[in-house]
Amino acid sequence: MADPIPASRRERRTPLDPLPDDPFGPHPAWSAGVRLDTGVEPDRIVDTHCCFCGQQCGIRLKVKDEQVVGFEPRYDFPFNRGMLCPKGIKRYLQGAHPDRLLSALERDEAAPGGFRPIAYDRAIERAAAEIRRIQEAHGRDAMAVLSGASLTTEKAYLMGKFAHMALATSNIDYNGRLCMVSAGAGNTKAFGIDRAANPWSDILGAELIWISGANVAECAPITTDYVWQAREHGAKVIVVDPRLTPIARTCDLFLPIRPGTDVALFNGVLHLMIEHGWIDREFVERSTVGFDDVARHVAEWTPARTARTTGIAEPAIRQAAEWWGTAKTSFLMHARGIEHSSHGVANVLGAINLVLASGRIGREFCGYATITGQGNGQGGREHGQKCDQLPGGRKLADPEARAYVAGVWGMAPEDLPQPGVDAYEIFRRIERGEIKGLLSICFNPLVSLPDSDFVRAMLGRLDFYVAIDFFLNETARHADLVLPGSLHEEDEGTVTTAEGRVIKINQAIECPGEARQDWRIVQDLARALGRERGFTFAGPREIFEELRVASKGGVADYSGISWEKVERQQGVFWPCASDDHPGTPRLFEPGSWNVVAKGAGPYYFPDGKARFNVAAYAPPTEVPDAEYPLILTSGRLIGQFLSGTQTRRIGPLLDMDPEPFIELHPNLAEHLGIGDGTWATAETRRGRLTLRARVVATIRPDTIFVPYHWPGQRSVNRLTIAAQDPISKIPEFKACAVRLRPATAEESCAAAEVSTPSRRPSLPMAGG
Amino acid sequence: MPVPADRHFYLDPARCIGCNACVQACSECDTHKGVSMIQLDFVDRARSTQTVPVVCMHCDQPTCAEVCPADAIKRTEDGVVQTARKARCIACNNCVLACPFGVPKMHDEANLMMKCDMCYDRTSRGLKPMCASVCPSQALFFGTREEIEALRPASRPVDGFRFGAQVITTRVRMLVPKSFAEPLLAVTAPLESAAAVEALDPLLANLYQESES
Repeated sequence: MADPIPASRRERRTPLDPLPDDPFGPHPAWSAGVRLDTGVEPDRIVDTHCCFCGQQCGIRLKVKDEQVVGFEPRYDFPFNRGMLCPKGIKRYLQGAHPDRLLSALERDEAAPGGFRPIAYDRAIERAAAEIRRIQEAHGRDAMAVLSGASLTTEKAYLMGKFAHMALATSNIDYNGRLCMVSAGAGNTKAFGIDRAANPWSDILGAELIWISGANVAECAPITTDYVWQAREHGAKVIVVDPRLTPIARTCDLFLPIRPGTDVALFNGVLHLMIEHGWIDREFVERSTVGFDDVARHVAEWTPARTARTTGIAEPAIRQAAEWWGTAKTSFLMHARGIEHSSHGVANVLGAINLVLASGRIGREFCGYATITGQGNGQGGREHGQKCDQLPGGRKLADPEARAYVAGVWGMAPEDLPQPGVDAYEIFRRIERGEIKGLLSICFNPLVSLPDSDFVRAMLGRLDFYVAIDFFLNETARHADLVLPGSLHEEDEGTVTTAEGRVIKINQAIECPGEARQDWRIVQDLARALGRERGFTFAGPREIFEELRVASKGGVADYSGISWEKVERQQGVFWPCASDDHPGTPRLFEPGSWNVVAKGAGPYYFPDGKARFNVAAYAPPTEVPDAEYPLILTSGRLIGQFLSGTQTRRIGPLLDMDPEPFIELHPNLAEHLGIGDGTWATAETRRGRLTLRARVVATIRPDTIFVPYHWPGQRSVNRLTIAAQDPISKIPEFKACAVRLRPATAEESCAAAEVSTPSRRPSLPMAGG
Repeated sequence: MPVPADRHFYLDPARCIGCNACVQACSECDTHKGVSMIQLDFVDRARSTQTVPVVCMHCDQPTCAEVCPADAIKRTEDGVVQTARKARCIACNNCVLACPFGVPKMHDEANLMMKCDMCYDRTSRGLKPMCASVCPSQALFFGTREEIEALRPASRPVDGFRFGAQVITTRVRMLVPKSFAEPLLAVTAPLESAAAVEALDPLLANLYQESES
């Protein structure tokens, strides 16, 4: 039986969607004032990177009067050479924004928006007092931390250290739990290391590109140029997706897979490779273990069974197997489409089995990578903010790792907590009354976690919740205290890109008002808690210098990376274990040395060999039935990013898609009597959602798609299922059972009320 | 300074992913901030994700200028057709109606026709236009003929377009597959042909059918 709701929180009424006059927004901002004036000479131009996805494109920010007023293409950064997607182009509008938090806030039901400003120092004191009270009354683990992978690596490291050393709680996890963990777990099982195996330049000469579950054009737009540049030189492109996305439009072979069945396809293709002798036997023998078990397992994956399971026609599967089996060079990439599954790790292992069987890895133009989603999705998952992790990709449960890191931090290894639980399990522990307090930063779980009505209820059960953010995100609306943090352009540090390249984020402007850099806030909390030892860094550079030491000897070894080297080389690929080492763009090259194999072979196991893993197919946790006969899948749009805290506040981006929608095939639409642009209602066992229908022939007729960037009534995550992969604990965002029908008049009216059509103000020269 | 004669703008709609980076970057241009001169449209979203960015083609004999009663539209020596001169433009919409590519737009509040000028403020200083700089799929490319030949060995640039009886040559080049041998792109030909082209549906074609088992 869960604890009753604390009296202090009982009277709270946080509406599902904010009222139109809510002072914290979200208000979309457009260029105005000096940002709209022509002929403005910037005071300075700062070379940095985009704040959004894992590609981390180079960008130059124009600063005028301590405000970012625009951008210039950064032609010199080798990854993107000036290219940018619309999010990067308009990111500057997140600064000097009407919704920006300029002071600490305290919950006040009577105040507009439910919060009143309080002095920063008082807020820190109160937060420390509440944390102390909770930990004294209920134990150290009663305080949980939710962190994020859009933070710099320095901040991610500091969050892990703060939780494990200052709070001494087991319970820290991060939003990469919704993003990178299936790929990370799969890569670690197969290769012993969690990083893209190749730099993107290896895409350019590959003769076959295989893309599974990656909406490259919308979620990693610059990667499109790499894929299509390879195609210009004769590469064939295979795309596997339930939706014919822009990257699939001109591909050579499109496999319209049924959501949640990816491993069946990989197993079926491996079956055909074995049958036709398309296996690199020499590589398999020399560099891998476990092939025979996998070969036995895929024997049952005949083309007919694969076709039936995956929903792909058998000739197309045979064609894919032939192309993959006979290619000389190739690059296989995947993303959340296969990873967001209760069998996400199996899906990833199935993909890796194809790569290993082909022998095409560790060489030029022979590559494999997951496309990391978040800005620091790579660096943010390496240095200790994951629930079972210590810096350098070390394991919190490993006594040797505990001893080393405790030594760096100047504490006793036995004082380090034991591994905690994943981000979703943290909410289940709130339900059980085991977790009473929460600190969150860079994470908006109310929008991004599945079955979010449960998450909302659990936020109401907390004794105390303090959030650090620059806008009042939807989760933070349930907080007792909000501390005003920093935007990307207001701090410096490093991040690690999808390629595994450590790059430098440079500060363009100072934090406004009472807002300050997140690392300062965390250190202020440590001091107020009386636990400031280890939290007296003068700045991110000092944090990075300690991180170098803490990661030394780990798989994710940053000890040879300095900020100067990063600047000089336009990034350094880890591992990089000494000052004179240039870094490691391509992993697994024959003859390469690594810290685990110590020369025995190129893979990160004691024998130096890669692992085949039996990847068993099982259907998604919830499959269609008579009651819920369709599949619901979710994903991203080009103009929005993650839970939309930033991008729903940027007018030009919101204009591109002001609203979420339900995408469905015309055959299904006709069958259900749903017209394009009309209101339709989707229902799952968790909830109901009414949005406008978008009827397009580019989606499987048994599947509907809803983008997930919106909160409240428009949030698809009120419908998704909280099923998780048993190993990675990633939620199954990509497949659950759903039914669909035209909306009732009442539902349509309610939906129209919260809809926010573009409210672009009239410009001096509006038109076009 | 003129736009260098060896620099050209190449347009490859086959690469367009509809991301709007060009539109958003155009509205950051220092000469018309907040307003984009590029239009990006789905061809037929119900059936395909194909999108097409429309930039000014910078015609050798610009129809917009030819029909302008006020002589407000100038083509500079370097082949760039400039936006209408504010002092001369009478907002009559002749250019808007006449351009076969549908490029010029009337900006009513300013009483002025405005259009893409190939980022003259940038290209005349040796920089690339905003849209071609940022385009993530490089459907829009700005550079030399040698560069494009090296980058796109399977494509061929075309600078002639036929609209019914009118033939137009342009400074901007459209990339077409090398296998397409015609010297000109007959833009309006499909409108004149009665037979609709029924393309194979790539999604349904590869969908498993129960009858297979």
